[in-house]
Order: sequence, then C-alpha cells, then structure tokens
Amino acid sequence: MAAEKRVVFRSAWLPWVLVAPQLAIVAVFFFWPAAQALVQSLLQEDAFGTSTDFVGLENFERLFADESYLASFQTTAIFSVLVAGSGLSLALLLAVMADRVVRGAALYKTLLIWPYAVAPAVAAILWLFMFATPMGVVSYALRALGLEWNHLLDSRHAMALIVMAAVWKQISYNFLFFLAGLQAIPKSLIEAAAIDGARPWRRFWTIVFPLLSPTTFFLLVINVVYAFFDTFAIVDAATQGGPGKDTSILVYKVYYDGFKALDMGGSAAQSVVLMVVVVALTVIQFRFVERKVNY
Amino acid sequence: MVEHRPALNLLSHVVLILGVLIVAFPVYLTFVASTQSAQDIATARPVSLLPGSHMLETYKLALLGGNTSTGSLIPAAAPMLWVSLVSALIIAIGKIAISLLSAFAIVYFRFPLRGLVFWSIFITLMLPVEVRISPTYAVVSNLGMLNTYAGLTVPLIASATATFVFRQFFLTVPDELVEAARIDGAGPLRFFKDVLLPLSATSIAALFVIQFIYGWNQYLWPLLVTTSEDKYPIVMGIKRLIVGEAFVDWNVVMATALLAMLPPALVVVLMQKWFVKGLVDTEK
Repeated sequence: MAAEKRVVFRSAWLPWVLVAPQLAIVAVFFFWPAAQALVQSLLQEDAFGTSTDFVGLENFERLFADESYLASFQTTAIFSVLVAGSGLSLALLLAVMADRVVRGAALYKTLLIWPYAVAPAVAAILWLFMFATPMGVVSYALRALGLEWNHLLDSRHAMALIVMAAVWKQISYNFLFFLAGLQAIPKSLIEAAAIDGARPWRRFWTIVFPLLSPTTFFLLVINVVYAFFDTFAIVDAATQGGPGKDTSILVYKVYYDGFKALDMGGSAAQSVVLMVVVVALTVIQFRFVERKVNY
Repeated sequence: MVEHRPALNLLSHVVLILGVLIVAFPVYLTFVASTQSAQDIATARPVSLLPGSHMLETYKLALLGGNTSTGSLIPAAAPMLWVSLVSALIIAIGKIAISLLSAFAIVYFRFPLRGLVFWSIFITLMLPVEVRISPTYAVVSNLGMLNTYAGLTVPLIASATATFVFRQFFLTVPDELVEAARIDGAGPLRFFKDVLLPLSATSIAALFVIQFIYGWNQYLWPLLVTTSEDKYPIVMGIKRLIVGEAFVDWNVVMATALLAMLPPALVVVLMQKWFVKGLVDTEK
C-alpha cells in the first residue's frame, strides 16, 4: 500500500466529487446494513415486528446452543473441504497436462474455461437433471452398477450432488490460475533437474509443486470463500437444504431463518458470525499476499 | 518441452480430452434434452443421448411462454433474458464508471482523509452481499427500490474489486505523462479523459467481462428484491420451473438453462484474451 504518485493534481473539491458516487453507495448499502446487522443481532423482534427488545448477546448464545446451527457449521465445513479438495486436485491435474502439451493447448484452454460463465443456479439444474430419478443418465448408470441413487432421501447423495455441481462450476477458475502459475515457473529449473536425471513425477513433486504453493494457497482461500458464500444458488436450486437440513450450509441457513422462518434477530446474529468468518479469511489471505510481495 | 516422452504426451492428451468431455457432458445433455418432448423425457429410462425432433417448439415455448401439452403454464423467458441483460449491463458499466472516478481521485490527488476513503471502499471486499442480506434488504425496501432495476443493481455496484484494479493500474502509469499534460496546460479532467481512459482500455475490457458475468449470474439478491414477475432475471426464473411443480417439463427447463448460459458463455469465449488476463491480474 506504500506506492504513491510523486506528481499529483491540486484541487480542494474535485477529488470529493469524484469519490462521491462510490462513497454514497458504500455508505448506504454496506456500512449502514452492516451496522444494522450488528444492532439487530442484539435485539429480539417478534414475528410481526410490533415490539423489539434489547437482549444483549442472547441471540448469539441461542445460536451456539442451537444444534441445527452447529450442524450447519459442520455441513459447511465438510462441503468446503470436499469442494476445495476435489476442485483443486482436478484443476491441477488438467493444468499440468495442459502445460505439457504443445499441440492443441489453446483449444483445450478455450474448451475448459467456459463453465466460469455458467451461473451456479444453472449448474445445479444441469447436475440435478443428470442425477434425477428415474430418467437421469448418471443415476440410471449408477443403478445399473448396483447403487440406488436418491438425493432426495440420502443426505450423502445430496451432498455429493451439490459438491459435483460446485466443483464443475469452479474448475475453469482454478485451472486458469494453476496454468498461469505453472507457466511462470522458469523452464531452466526444470531442465536442470531433467539433466540431473530427475524423472517427470519426481520433478513435479520436488520442484513444480513447491514453487506453485503460492498459487495453491491463494486458490485454497478463494475456494473456501466460494464454497461458503457463492454456493447458495446451488443449494437452493438442487436440494433446498434437504433432505431434512443435511445440506443446509451457513449462507442457506441465514436466508432460510431470516426470510422463511422470519427470525430476524437470529438471522442477523448469523450474519455477524459470517462477517467474522469472511474477515478472518481475508486477513489470512492478505498476510500471505504481503509475504509474497516481500520476497 | 524438456525431453521427448511420447507415452506421457499421449497420457496428457487423454487426460485433457477426458476433462473436456466431462466438463462438456452436462451441457450436451442439456441440449439433447431441450430437443425432446416432455413426455419422451419423463418416460425415458434413461434419457436418450441423441437429439430429438422437438427443438423448435421447445425453444418457442421457453422463449415466449404458453401452455404445455400437459396444461402447465410456462412463463416466457424472453422478458427475463431482457431483465438479466439490462441489470448485467448496469452493474458492469456502473461499477467500472464509479470505480474509474474514485480510483482517479485516490491516486492523483492528495486530500484530507484520503486514507480513510480508500479503506472504507476497500473494506467492502470483505462484506459480500450474502453475509448481510436481511439488513441490506431492509435498506432497499425502505428506499422503495423493491422490484426496480435500481434495487436489482445499485447495491451490487459498490464493490472494491474494480476500484482496486484501476488503482493498481494507475500506479503503473508513468508520472511523466502527468507532467507533460500539465505543461500542455491540461487540467485533471482533461488528463483523465484524454490520457488515462485510453490507457485503461484493456483493464476496462477485462473488468467488463468479469462484472457482466457477475451481474448476469446473480441469484440470491434478485430472489430477495423482486416479487413481481416482470423483474425476474433468467437465472432465478429457471428455478421456478422445477420447484413445486408436480410434473417438471424438463425439455423447457433445459432450453431455458441453455438460453441462460449462452450470453455469458459467449462473452467469455469471445473476449477470452482480456478475460483471462483480467481474471488473473484482478485477483493478485
């Protein structure tokens, strides 16, 4: 953040006019609501909005005593680990292969990047259709193999379904970053190792993978954020949090409790917890970015 | 290529082709389903992997709406596509415009509280709309912006990403350009318009792609602020076709899904060069 211009313009009012639109929007739609969430999380409102009481940290106490909330935390954790883990490994595999090939590299890239453009909700619908019973192609194939697929009843199946849709949608993003990271590794290092007799498999684990770790770490944070916040549409379109509450991730629960169950205080308290999570993730990311810059 | 290993090259191609096929398969299936009739799909075990002959009528039904052969009413997708297009454009262009201005002010001027202004914009990176849905909804509803384009777009316009990208870019613009502009008697606005804007063309194009897709793919926010059908964007409209229906007309659902993913996919593929550069640069 230290970078500054030596030469600047001088004006007392112009800079304020220039930042005014953005500051106005930020104030009205970010700071005011965030403050409201903080205040509301300390209040208890009845469902008709006729009376409001100050209840201190009671909403938070209630939240953390609520087993369904803790279960939602666990669901989100499992979901994020699965999405980040499988998403990153698949994308890395594809990126390493795309980095190797000479012929067709550009074509493969074009064919792999477009899922980035697909809305999460649409991705969910596509995967829902493949696994729909009884006519879905994949669920049919699984049945033929002896696996009775039913994501409406089996919570592991439902979880697998939203993980697959989420990974599919995110794979192009991960792929592009891994590919950029791989292409930034000096070829001379790899050639030197090859001359020393290191085989491709060994070269990958001792040279390429360690040098790629900044990219991997960055993508890990981004994918966890993605799994936490951007997958609401996938859950809502594919499972609606079901069966039961078994795929109800935190963001889905905030929405459900606030807008369906009309528990505004509880929903606001959940928002505050989520804000803390985002801030923590962002701090981790920036710590790391700073370190990278200081190298 | 470090050394010649035909077997490994072959393996790379096999893995990549498999990857491409797995990535493409759901979309192929979507296309195939959209060319069959609802009855074909409902009675098939499993759905046929070859295109059917009902493509034109399915797309006509999806786009213009109407009654299916089973009597259920399909809402028209064409107006929803329009809503999506308008809001995605407002979000993309609005974000780029206000971010260019504020980044210009932050980089090229010294004014009191500049640091505070920068940080208050920057901190919004940390508060995605998903974590503050109910209070933001309350603000929008108090301002009477429910079911309007303003309500759909303005709360999503303020985000620090674009401001940050432009700030980083402006910092790399040589100071000599400002000095030259000054000697030639150009004021700040003239400098902005005639020097800075043309130089930023690539960043603007890259951000446009990313923000257009961001705007087009919004789901949770429209779900909250729109209750009247004429303001439903397409991505949200699809879900209405499958939830709570006794008989899902999968052919229409799939046609609508394809229509919903076509515009952003085209933007990505046609503007691939800028998009890739913009994405990888933006997030650093």
